[in-house]
Amino acid sequence: MALTETPMQAERARTIYEKSKPGRRAAVLPEAEVPETPLAELIPAELLRDEPPRLPEIAEPEIVRHYNRLSRRNFDLDSGFYPLGSCTMKHNPRLNERVAALPGHARLHPAQDPKRAQGALELMWLLQESLAEICGLPHVSLQPSAGSHGELAGLLLTRAYHADRGEERTKVLAPDTSHGTNPASVTMAGFEVVKVATNERGGVEMDDLRAKIDEDPSQVACLMLTNPNTLGLFDENIAEIAALIHAAGGTLYYDGANLNAVMGHSRPGDMGFDIVHVNLHKSFSQPHGGGGPGAGPIAVSERIEPFLPRPQVVRRENNGHGPSFDLDHERPKSIGRLRGFQGNFGVFVRSYAYILSLGGDGLAEASETAVLNANYLKARLAEGRAGERLPVAFDRHCMHEFVLSGKPMKKELGLATLDLAKRLLDFGFHPPTVYFPLLVEEALMIEPTETETKESLDGFAAAIEAILAEAEGDPEIAKQAPYTTPVRRLDEVKATRKPVVRQPL
Amino acid sequence: MLATIGVDSVDELFAQIPEPLRLGRPPALPDGMSEAEVFERLAALAAGNEDAERQVCFVGAGMYDHYVPAIVDAITQRSEFLTPYTPYQPEISQGGLQAMFEFQTAMSELTGLPVSNAGLYEGPSSVASAAYLAMAATKRKRFVVSRGLHPHSRETLETYSVGYGAEVVEVGLADGETDPAALAAAVDGETAAVFLQSPNFLGAIERVEELGAAAKEQRALLIVACDPMTLGVLKPPGEQGADIALGEGQPLGNRLDFGGPSFGFFCATEEQIRRMPGRIAGETDDVDGRRGFVLALQTREQHIRREKATHNICTAQALNALGAMIHLAWLGREGFRELGELLVRRTAYARERLGAVDGVELLHDAPVAREFAIRLDAPVDRVLDRCAERGIAAGYPLGREYPEFADGLLVAITERRSRAQIDDLAHALGAAVAAEREGVAA
Repeated sequence: MALTETPMQAERARTIYEKSKPGRRAAVLPEAEVPETPLAELIPAELLRDEPPRLPEIAEPEIVRHYNRLSRRNFDLDSGFYPLGSCTMKHNPRLNERVAALPGHARLHPAQDPKRAQGALELMWLLQESLAEICGLPHVSLQPSAGSHGELAGLLLTRAYHADRGEERTKVLAPDTSHGTNPASVTMAGFEVVKVATNERGGVEMDDLRAKIDEDPSQVACLMLTNPNTLGLFDENIAEIAALIHAAGGTLYYDGANLNAVMGHSRPGDMGFDIVHVNLHKSFSQPHGGGGPGAGPIAVSERIEPFLPRPQVVRRENNGHGPSFDLDHERPKSIGRLRGFQGNFGVFVRSYAYILSLGGDGLAEASETAVLNANYLKARLAEGRAGERLPVAFDRHCMHEFVLSGKPMKKELGLATLDLAKRLLDFGFHPPTVYFPLLVEEALMIEPTETETKESLDGFAAAIEAILAEAEGDPEIAKQAPYTTPVRRLDEVKATRKPVVRQPL
Repeated sequence: MLATIGVDSVDELFAQIPEPLRLGRPPALPDGMSEAEVFERLAALAAGNEDAERQVCFVGAGMYDHYVPAIVDAITQRSEFLTPYTPYQPEISQGGLQAMFEFQTAMSELTGLPVSNAGLYEGPSSVASAAYLAMAATKRKRFVVSRGLHPHSRETLETYSVGYGAEVVEVGLADGETDPAALAAAVDGETAAVFLQSPNFLGAIERVEELGAAAKEQRALLIVACDPMTLGVLKPPGEQGADIALGEGQPLGNRLDFGGPSFGFFCATEEQIRRMPGRIAGETDDVDGRRGFVLALQTREQHIRREKATHNICTAQALNALGAMIHLAWLGREGFRELGELLVRRTAYARERLGAVDGVELLHDAPVAREFAIRLDAPVDRVLDRCAERGIAAGYPLGREYPEFADGLLVAITERRSRAQIDDLAHALGAAVAAEREGVAA
């Protein structure tokens, strides 16, 4: 393929430090209005810094241009289809940004006296109640900052629950299809991971689960599960799984990354789970921000409630004077704090606005459409070349996402899943999640979400078909892709072997 | 679409959920609303809060009412920064990755340490993350913590340490600063890390280098929490022997937001780079030799290393860190120093002014930068209520977290707090204390 450098490629990356010129600046600060005493008279000289940090020296117009240029070097959800499996890249309503920016939210100090922050506490309480209803569990803490933080919270809650009963259990079971955060959280919480195998239907292998429990039921602290799992399949044995874990005395943890499949249709609490985390940046439309912020509230059963982090938002009835809202710090069995203040409140505002916009019916419909879209795209990709080269890993109806295997494509065309992903970039699509879950060879995990049209799904299917057709003629085209992106394939090994992680100045 | 799938209804797709586990009714939530109605509902809730536009805010305690320049919102609200996922496909994420690289450079400059990550959730949980690193680096499980460390950080560290199987030992304060003798006595050969904060929670600038000697002697890591807005004028932790410098990033480019989202920053010596938590952007080349950026050292992370990862963090606070970088570029090298000087001078003025008020005295005499503690000769909560009635949030009451300072109040200054507002605060505090002493009904 003839390579002509695009204008964006021709513009080499220069950092803001390389655009800096001594003496330039943007900020004009307020006058001091107080005596301009030399600093060394106020603070001992040895505690003062000799030279200010070498921040860029640059005027405002050039700052704006610099970051606008950078922004054009990003692909984003507002520009195109983004079917990253397990990430739930649904539309981010701009109303949510508007209400989060209201001064009553944005300029509210987190240490404000609760009686002067009643609106914020009421909003948090309402969100807690909404998530409790969606999860089918009675109590919610909004404190965790993201899904992984919620997982750690859940495992520390599990530890506290067992300790309160005079037990110290060491093992946490998790399927081999679990998100990487699950085992990482298990280790941080001081437990040992025990992997459970997957059966031919894509669910938990029951015999293996029983065997792992039977090794020593008294050591089973918890089972962590995603349902539907990372293959996009609902585990039909969930009631039996829950019964087995509860009989062994363990808790059941629900990784809510895939909640978008079942909102208003099935509730983790009703499945038997004790602890659920909810990714507000997935199912509840908080923008992903290029890697956060998010929030990972947890919903829990009665038996876990005494251990929830503090403070907890509570509603108090005041003898007919109407309810008031407060932060309850007096929680003697609490695991304590997981972070500063009350959590990612700005995310709560956006997610509550989303819940209000959709309502109960709307949330259920969102999940229906997410499942419909996933199954439609799965059916489209079962046709033609994709059906041959990229078979679905588990051939049954999926929930909100599905996993294809690129194994035949690799064998027959010499094209790895990575090559397909990179070639998709030239077609204007964000690729699916690749090489996960680990048990599917050359995996592609596809989650279209409910906010995509049939046309965008058809466009994606057509792009896959075109890439496979092209590869039958000349696989080298995809193997060298991408061509049109701001930079082409990057040397990730070099970045790790000899890390350069800051601009030399 | 149903025909393509080969089903008659969407219900058939949900048949994989066993019947007893189906909800069978819509969730018991209100019906959906129009955009206008949702706006009105949220605006009504917002109106129930006394924010820093309605009250003059002298509350700090880790989060501060700084002025966030307009370009921060203008840039961070662009779709291209607001709506992408974590940059797992670097070819189409160069903007976000380069911004991370620039942010890392800025935080490295601020803290005086060579390596920065791209950000963690927020301040206190970053402290707990540093403890996890310290355990891996030293193979020890004991943390010595100054009582000057933010109470939320100490409590978060306690929470995590239950999982770590580690012990937390606290060292007290003497006249506002960490007691050097008590610290030296507490650090032993089993100590993984010593945690200090400077300025500490009471506003005092700690003598980090002197205090840190005990850690060096026992080969424990020295971990210093700091307020980034003071680092234009204060000696950076990296020049005082810190192995890790971290903290709450909110003062840089982030709103108060009732406590979040903000970000935590985390910088360290070269030696710790492969034990760092969180994303790190690194420079590299593409196949044609063009400069580009990728997520470096991913083999530390949970999606690769799973149970052996250096941390479980996945989604962090990338957009908040971008806001910080834009704010820092806007301030620039000179502006950042000037802002630090402004804070120190106005704080010195406020401390002197408040210290002269009848019924108010300084809680300690240690040098301060942008926040200081006073004692009131009247119940703190009642004084705060009286000031609130005059439209002033006078400070952060110390009593809950420092029972020994039940009469203590922490007062914070930003560039938004004018001399006139400081004078008003002095009057309000004086009047409130006097009224309480005289038993005047509020």
